[in-house]
Amino acid sequence: MDILINFFMEPLNYAFIRRGLLALILAGGINAVIGCFVVVRGLSFFGDALAHAVLPGVALSYTAAGGAVRANLFVGGLGAGVLAALLIAFLTRNGRLKEDTAIGLVFVTMFALGIAIISRQSSYNLDLTHILFGSINGISQGDLRIMAALGSLVLLVTCVLYKQFVIISFDLSLAHTIKLPVEGLRVLMLILISITIVASLQAVGIALMLALLITPAATARLLTYRLHHMMIVATIVGILGGLAGFYLSYYMDMPSGASIVLTMSTLFLLVYVFKSLWVQLATPRSNATSKATKTTVSVKTKVK
Amino acid sequence: MTDTQPSKNEHILTAPALAVRNLCAGYPGDQYAIDQLTFSVGSGERVALIGPNGAGKSTLFKVVAGLIPITHGTISIGGEDYRSSHASIGYIPQQNEIDWSFPVAVRDVIMMGRAHRSRWLPWWRASDHTAVQALLEQLNLTALANRQISQISGGQRRRVFIARALAQGSRVLLMDEPFTGVDTAAQQEIMNTLDVLTHQGITILLATHDMGRAARDFDRILLLKRHMLAFDVPQAVVKPDVLQQAYGAALTVFQEGRKTMFIVGEHGAEG
Repeated sequence: MDILINFFMEPLNYAFIRRGLLALILAGGINAVIGCFVVVRGLSFFGDALAHAVLPGVALSYTAAGGAVRANLFVGGLGAGVLAALLIAFLTRNGRLKEDTAIGLVFVTMFALGIAIISRQSSYNLDLTHILFGSINGISQGDLRIMAALGSLVLLVTCVLYKQFVIISFDLSLAHTIKLPVEGLRVLMLILISITIVASLQAVGIALMLALLITPAATARLLTYRLHHMMIVATIVGILGGLAGFYLSYYMDMPSGASIVLTMSTLFLLVYVFKSLWVQLATPRSNATSKATKTTVSVKTKVK
Repeated sequence: MTDTQPSKNEHILTAPALAVRNLCAGYPGDQYAIDQLTFSVGSGERVALIGPNGAGKSTLFKVVAGLIPITHGTISIGGEDYRSSHASIGYIPQQNEIDWSFPVAVRDVIMMGRAHRSRWLPWWRASDHTAVQALLEQLNLTALANRQISQISGGQRRRVFIARALAQGSRVLLMDEPFTGVDTAAQQEIMNTLDVLTHQGITILLATHDMGRAARDFDRILLLKRHMLAFDVPQAVVKPDVLQQAYGAALTVFQEGRKTMFIVGEHGAEG
């Protein structure tokens, strides 16, 4: 028992690790909730693109701070993220461009701009690695406060507009019929995804950000069939996966971002296999039921 | 109020449930998908909308539901401009326009119809729950209330969407091809539900390719091919010379004794 307690308590002796764990709890929770909308609306590519599109903003923050590691990533990242979301929303309004094309365009342009800005710094490789793969151990008390504030804002807006977000995600025709501000809600959701990504950027970095956004939600989707249940399960998976991944990285001496993502992916795989087996075991009974309820459909065909 | 001059309220009470005047609409860049359409439908009336693919049936529904803007003309619902009464229009889109894998239960879908009543409240009110429960019972969906929408049959899904439209408080129901991909038993169940609704004074416009059902079960038929080609009782519309205006060579006419049969592709009717 003592060994088990020591296993969990030992890393907590360090203040920077305690801050890192708190950051993971916050990031896991926010990403899981917003990630559910990303998964059910098929916005995974958008999430990945946004995570990369924040790079120029983050890079500008670095440059403004003279390349200091303590530079505030949130301000620049948030600006670039919101700008990217608005650009994509603008390019896709009225079906002028297909969504994936607009996302691809904005994504590569902004990412390239970010690389160009960072390349002007003398510590190019160090900075790029820090931004791409995150630095969970470098999270300050101030970063935590900003994460908590941004996370609370995202959760509050999602909670207040939950009904509206569900309607525009499930059936746009109803949204129009009852005169919801569909375009405004769509843009707002894209902005919320941007804020979520920026809030979690320091935990896992740009390259692995998408995993935090979609893996817990995808895992929860396999286990639930109502959106609010999916959000609850995704939050549990997101937080537990984050913490487990962190402990794994501590004891296996692995980069924390990679370890967290691999832990979450393993959880998804386990649930997927378990669900597939469960469905196979239940199949004979459900087949019998569906056969019993089916009736023959007769269709008149044209005789030539 | 005097005997000779009806008040504004009386005008609304006696106004058609749906009135369309000189309506032109369509997607940008195209010629009008519907052109100079004028018709009106009374309260509790049941109208079948028929016409070949691309005739503008879905476009008409989307315009009335407010999804596509009007280019020219007017639409009124119960005497009021349609833009001020969207909640009273229940629109049931084609099956392929809905993501059936979406994680919502039957109860959640019906509840969506109540969203405009407590628009900016984050929670549902007790009256919303009561109304949804009553609709589940009325449409015989109680046993399916907590099932995911993908786990019920096509016919049941149509009834769920009818329940959602009723939860909206709709007095005009627009149903876009609700019989497509639904077996005959389920089609009859939908018709039985519509019988009850028309008795309650709800107006129904239903797009279908099934001319047999249109002729049998509807008060009037609107034959559409961008323009309105006919709008009359079924006996006056389901006739070779009238139908050929819309379907042209695609229409085959069979004579079997005193019966005339019309076949358009896979869909037939007797006249």
